[in-house]
Amino acid sequence: MAEEKKLFKVKIDGIPVEVEPGTTILNAARKIGGDIVPPAMCYYSKLQGSGGKCRTCLVKVSKGSEADPRPMPKLVASCRTTVMDGMEVANITSPEVLDARKGVVEFLLLNHPLDCPVCDQAGECSLQDLGYEHGADGTRYEFKRRTFEKIDIGDKIQLHMTRCILCYRCVYTADQLTEKREHGILGRGEVSEISTYIHKSLDNEFIGNVIDVCPVGALTDKTFRFKNRVWFLKPVDAHRDCDKCCGKTVLWLRGDEVFRVTARKDKYGEVEEFICDTCRFDKKETKDWIVEGPRNIDRHSVISQGQYVGVVKPHDALPDVLDGRQPKLLMDIHSISQVNRPEIDLSKIEGPAHSDDFKN
Amino acid sequence: MGRKLLLDKAHIENIRYYDVYRANGGYESAEKALKMTPELVLDEVKKSGLRGRGGAGFPTGMKWSFIAKPEGVPRYLVCNADESEPGTFKDRYLMEFLPHLLIEGLLISSYTLGANSCYIYIRGEYAWIPDILEEAIADAKKNGWLGKNIKGTGFDLEIYVQRGAGAYICGEETALIESLEGKRGNPRIKPPFPAIKGLWDCPTVVNNVETLAAIVPIMRIGGEEYAKYGTGKSTGTKLISACGNINKPGVYEIEMNISVEEFIYSEEYCGGIANGKRLKACIPGGSSVPIVPANLLLKTAKGETRMMTYESLSDGGFATGTMMGSGGFIVLDEDQCIVKNTLTFARFYHHESCGQCSPCREGTGWMERVLKNIEKGKGKMSDIDLLWDIQRKIEGNTICPLGDAAAWPVAAAIRHFRDEFEWHVLNPEESQVRNFGLAHYADPLEIAAPATV
Repeated sequence: MAEEKKLFKVKIDGIPVEVEPGTTILNAARKIGGDIVPPAMCYYSKLQGSGGKCRTCLVKVSKGSEADPRPMPKLVASCRTTVMDGMEVANITSPEVLDARKGVVEFLLLNHPLDCPVCDQAGECSLQDLGYEHGADGTRYEFKRRTFEKIDIGDKIQLHMTRCILCYRCVYTADQLTEKREHGILGRGEVSEISTYIHKSLDNEFIGNVIDVCPVGALTDKTFRFKNRVWFLKPVDAHRDCDKCCGKTVLWLRGDEVFRVTARKDKYGEVEEFICDTCRFDKKETKDWIVEGPRNIDRHSVISQGQYVGVVKPHDALPDVLDGRQPKLLMDIHSISQVNRPEIDLSKIEGPAHSDDFKN
Repeated sequence: MGRKLLLDKAHIENIRYYDVYRANGGYESAEKALKMTPELVLDEVKKSGLRGRGGAGFPTGMKWSFIAKPEGVPRYLVCNADESEPGTFKDRYLMEFLPHLLIEGLLISSYTLGANSCYIYIRGEYAWIPDILEEAIADAKKNGWLGKNIKGTGFDLEIYVQRGAGAYICGEETALIESLEGKRGNPRIKPPFPAIKGLWDCPTVVNNVETLAAIVPIMRIGGEEYAKYGTGKSTGTKLISACGNINKPGVYEIEMNISVEEFIYSEEYCGGIANGKRLKACIPGGSSVPIVPANLLLKTAKGETRMMTYESLSDGGFATGTMMGSGGFIVLDEDQCIVKNTLTFARFYHHESCGQCSPCREGTGWMERVLKNIEKGKGKMSDIDLLWDIQRKIEGNTICPLGDAAAWPVAAAIRHFRDEFEWHVLNPEESQVRNFGLAHYADPLEIAAPATV
């Protein structure tokens, strides 16, 4: 009989889970799922060595392990800290963690231009979600935000360095996916930037994936730029025979027109499988693809607005307890309201409706 | 006169050359060590209670015993000579005047750790020192102290000098390793620690210049004898680079049993505050450690005399104490402005942040800008609380200790000198033409009387 692998027992926010040794706290939390999963801006499970940089996934280890129950002195980056047997982690139950996370979000937004209204990433931006969930109402930063000179990195990919949060994901992608890495980080500190050395263009078979891994709108698809908002498009799963990649993609349609092609992303915003640039940029006709069906987008995402697929209407328990009768209305508002007069056609009133219109 | 172990022969003319160094008892410790087994040398180092002189004060013997020893994998010793902390210049003195002391220390340490290659990562701004070191290395090699089969023991060692390109962050051990590998000097995320996976994924020990040099006197007089120097857990001697408003700035070797007051005012060391001024504040361990006002510097919150030891300097935690740090002793007199001083440090950390993790990358620049407003008389009262909040959110949330090092000076300045910041905000015009002065910062502390039963 094969030797059974010993699983580590971990508790995250009081919820027990058993994971294999070597799992990170973040992945253990993802195994549980739900609200206790720490947000991650730089960690990407498909990219080796990523993570640890953005500090949004900080958690408190209140008990180190069964053997050494001392808590860890500092908050740790859950994406890069592996679990120990008997470890107890506090994420959303620790005010210290929430406070630190709020600080990190403020730092990330400090120099972010907040140009969401003109940003192509809006609607599928991790920083938007993070700011919405953990950010403050306003910024306390009163100084000029940093800006960068625009550089051209080719005809397919647009780089907006001002929006970048320096997660390094694109650097790892280019390093691990493509045979030639042309871009990286230049400079240091606040003014460090993603750039190519002496304005080289990014031209390579898998480089388009940097668009998908970018958590913000720093790297966007030039073929899709300013064409449409993502929530007006209908995502469908599609595939084609591709000799370079898996060929499994999501088409973003409006009518029969393919506006853009991306890889399939899971609920943590990570691609399931990377796709090649031919699929991404060159196959923009529905006839190139075999459409499988509508893409399931999380109900809370703005992209799924107007597409109520899989929404479960909450069960109304009242008829059950009333032996199938509907509850009797004590008062029908429609019968006594002065403004609810179905016979008055609002469209025929000149100008905005006024209470006087309902008095006669 | 305090007893000296490192600089006892520094006054001898031409001690930086091999012949003079050898004639004055040089390489005798190495001779002694090479006759012992590495385990016995490690025992001596452990017995000596030597603590890392780079800033953190981690026991060296313990650090050495952590190194992983897998078969067939080389081990490396890296000497951290990237001394970039503002106010610290002790390693420079050692390397310039006693290069053979360092090489002898490297030889003994490499022998103990079983490392056959040793790197000295030296700060790029020390442009002339690599020549001195390389000359010394060549001399040592010529005399059989380096190279293959050293003195017939079968132990091989090569020492390489690598110049940095001028980044403070490369003084952090994992960033140093990255830089040494030829990459961008970004700190690595720990674990794994360098003792397991360091340079080229091999077990590595990174030690400060002074720590490695201190191995030589430990071998000469023995670990137990070394531990008799100093007080308690602060054994041996420490190089202090004193600067600021003192009569005699310079590098001093102190035995860790003198008081801070003696160090500042005695003729043997700093010789008192320059121009007959009064002491206002002091940063006793290089720019990263908390600044303390005069009254807390000379006496602890409990009313005891503060000594130049690791324990006494950090007595009272960050609320009333500070740290030994790397020994960059910066003294400020009554004419100095704490706000301006804090701004200078904040500007430094802003400039030196590597930009890898967000709290440090964004927070250091923010702190500098807010401090600049206060300093220029454009500050608001809420800015002081804002600064406190920013530093609190940087501290402890970053990959490497640079974030902490940027946060502590700001935190300590606000903690102890809040009225000076407030004065800057309330008197914007006056603050541009004169300084706050000494105020109450040297007044005797009120010691809480013990509770009567």
